[in-house]
Amino acid sequence: MNKLLDRLPFRIELEPRLVQPPRWYPWVLSLLSVVVALLIGAIVLALAGGNPWASYAHIARASFGDIGVFSDTLVKAIPLMLVGLACTLAFRMKLWNIGAEGQFFIGAFGASAVVLLPVLPEDAPRWLFIITMIVFGMAAGAIWGFIPGFLKARFQVNEIISTLMLNYIAISWNNYFIFAIWSDGGFQMSKVFPRNAWMPRLTDYVDTIPMFRGLTTHFGLILALVAAVVVWLILYRSQWGYEIRLVGDNPRAAQYAGISITRNTVLVMMLSGALAGLAGMSEISGVVHRLQGAISPGYGFTGIIVAWLAKLNPIAVVPVSILFGALILAGREIQPSGIPKLLQGIILVSLIASDFLMRYRIRVHRKDLLKEAK
Amino acid sequence: MDPIIILQAGVSTGTVLLFATLGEIFAERAGVLNLGVEGMMLIGAMSAYSIAVYTGNPWLGLLVAMIVAGLFSQIHAFISITLQADQVVSGLSLGFLATGVSLVLGEGLSKAGTIPLIPTYTVPLLSQIPIIGPIFFTDQKVLVYLGYLLVPLCYYFINHTRPGLHLRSVGEYPAAADSLGINVYRLRYLYVFVGGLFAGLAGGTISLAISPGWFSELTTSGQGWIAIGLVIFAQWNPIRAAFGSYIFGALRRLVLDIQGPTMIFGLANPFYYNPYWGFFLQMLPYAFTIIVLVIGSREAIRKRLGSPSALGVPYIRGERGL
Repeated sequence: MNKLLDRLPFRIELEPRLVQPPRWYPWVLSLLSVVVALLIGAIVLALAGGNPWASYAHIARASFGDIGVFSDTLVKAIPLMLVGLACTLAFRMKLWNIGAEGQFFIGAFGASAVVLLPVLPEDAPRWLFIITMIVFGMAAGAIWGFIPGFLKARFQVNEIISTLMLNYIAISWNNYFIFAIWSDGGFQMSKVFPRNAWMPRLTDYVDTIPMFRGLTTHFGLILALVAAVVVWLILYRSQWGYEIRLVGDNPRAAQYAGISITRNTVLVMMLSGALAGLAGMSEISGVVHRLQGAISPGYGFTGIIVAWLAKLNPIAVVPVSILFGALILAGREIQPSGIPKLLQGIILVSLIASDFLMRYRIRVHRKDLLKEAK
Repeated sequence: MDPIIILQAGVSTGTVLLFATLGEIFAERAGVLNLGVEGMMLIGAMSAYSIAVYTGNPWLGLLVAMIVAGLFSQIHAFISITLQADQVVSGLSLGFLATGVSLVLGEGLSKAGTIPLIPTYTVPLLSQIPIIGPIFFTDQKVLVYLGYLLVPLCYYFINHTRPGLHLRSVGEYPAAADSLGINVYRLRYLYVFVGGLFAGLAGGTISLAISPGWFSELTTSGQGWIAIGLVIFAQWNPIRAAFGSYIFGALRRLVLDIQGPTMIFGLANPFYYNPYWGFFLQMLPYAFTIIVLVIGSREAIRKRLGSPSALGVPYIRGERGL
């Protein structure tokens, strides 16, 4: 191998970057790594006996082809945005919250409890229903985030494992209520919520704007966009955000500066859990309209990739979520069914590998062959 | 609900956890945290099962499972050791990738017919010992006995041999190891590969011996993650890992068995009369993992024991390290 390299008329060297790369550079790098990932994915698909270009064309058509499917893409993107924000916030402090999936389920549980417990009577006004469900969903998610946060702060329990274990516990918890308490006539789902507990959808306004016929994009989109701005403001325009970023970059310096790492660990995990819980609430109130088992095709895990592809930038989480929403939406129809997961995996691997080029630059030197020959 | 049967089954299911935990101990002792265990187990389970289906030879299946998982682990090795990326994210991404690949390639596998499985074996004299005999040496899969052998071997290798010393030094103080002529990068690659071999073995053990079959993601059902938790509980010690794994195995089995009988200890069995309480029983292994982590971390703090010092830190030659 080395001998082969010696024969080349140039030399490839890696140099550490001494100056910050330009602002556009990380984004171009991310874009390139996604392209590379899609190419690798195409090779794998071809090897598995599929037609990659047909699959990709199908994904594009089935998710951006017309306004109807684009609206469906947005519906899939809403929980991804909220979960991606949850991961972004925690990851910025280097808190590895892998438990967004569980917080999502518990958020859905909390929101459902408003209708099924019931907290509010069936004929309560819609605005009251939605606000109460948001509060309950976020509070439930925050509790689910508090547990690993507290265990980490107090007992130094590795949050990766604890959040992951809580995912399994959350799903069992929900199943208990779906099967035993709130089962609708023996089916593994609750009864359908009253209309007042549904978040408004575009299609509800078809009488005033006929164009909205059949569009299922719901109010959760606004919640997600507001959340993105709020998380951005917290991270980049508030003192708390400064503390979070400092702890993430250099915990020792943060400690010397008098920042309480334990307090921030608990608070960040709670807010992160609350955001994921809000995602669960929005899915329940905006799409499913009942509590059931299959409410997430792994949103919580895709959120990790979303956050990473968005370079932990809350605003960038929005467009990245739309892309992954498309992948999830179109992926349902592609066989074999593991392909969206496979593509997500390849994208994440290639993204993380590309981070190397943020820190190093590849230099190609021409060799002076005559000189070396002497 | 015979305690002997539960313990016997616990040793059997615990063997899966044991293999995965031992592998992760090697990788972490060399300073590389690999969170892709679950994914590597899954791809091991898938390749073992499919090879056994196509060739009819379960041993070949196990071998291929180990090699495939080992090769996959090298993705993580390359990204985290050579490209110096964050080991947490890199390991997670390996897990996603391996899971995706196993789901795509394993499509339709579950419909495959019956296949030859790893045989069971009863050890002649040892199985006659009261209590211990029936639990450890009667009707166990051959792989369970492999587990008994590997635990002391791994312990001896890590703590009492020269290569084991090199392994520990690379995880504790890579710069010092490097200055003594130990190739830090090569050893880290090697032990991540060893971790992959073990994870593949664990996966193959599931699909060809313990709970035979391919049930997509449910095949492993989070056991890879429990193994990562057990490494902390075991304090990177293979013997403690064996205890933890077998206890966990027994717990998983107890959760299944406790719903069967109508009476427990002469009282009406509440889990029999309220079958939905089974969902709370299902939570137990996961809740127990968290409890074990709390205990493990407290003990580690008290005894000033800790993870290998360089765990999670990429080694960059020529840069000031720890």
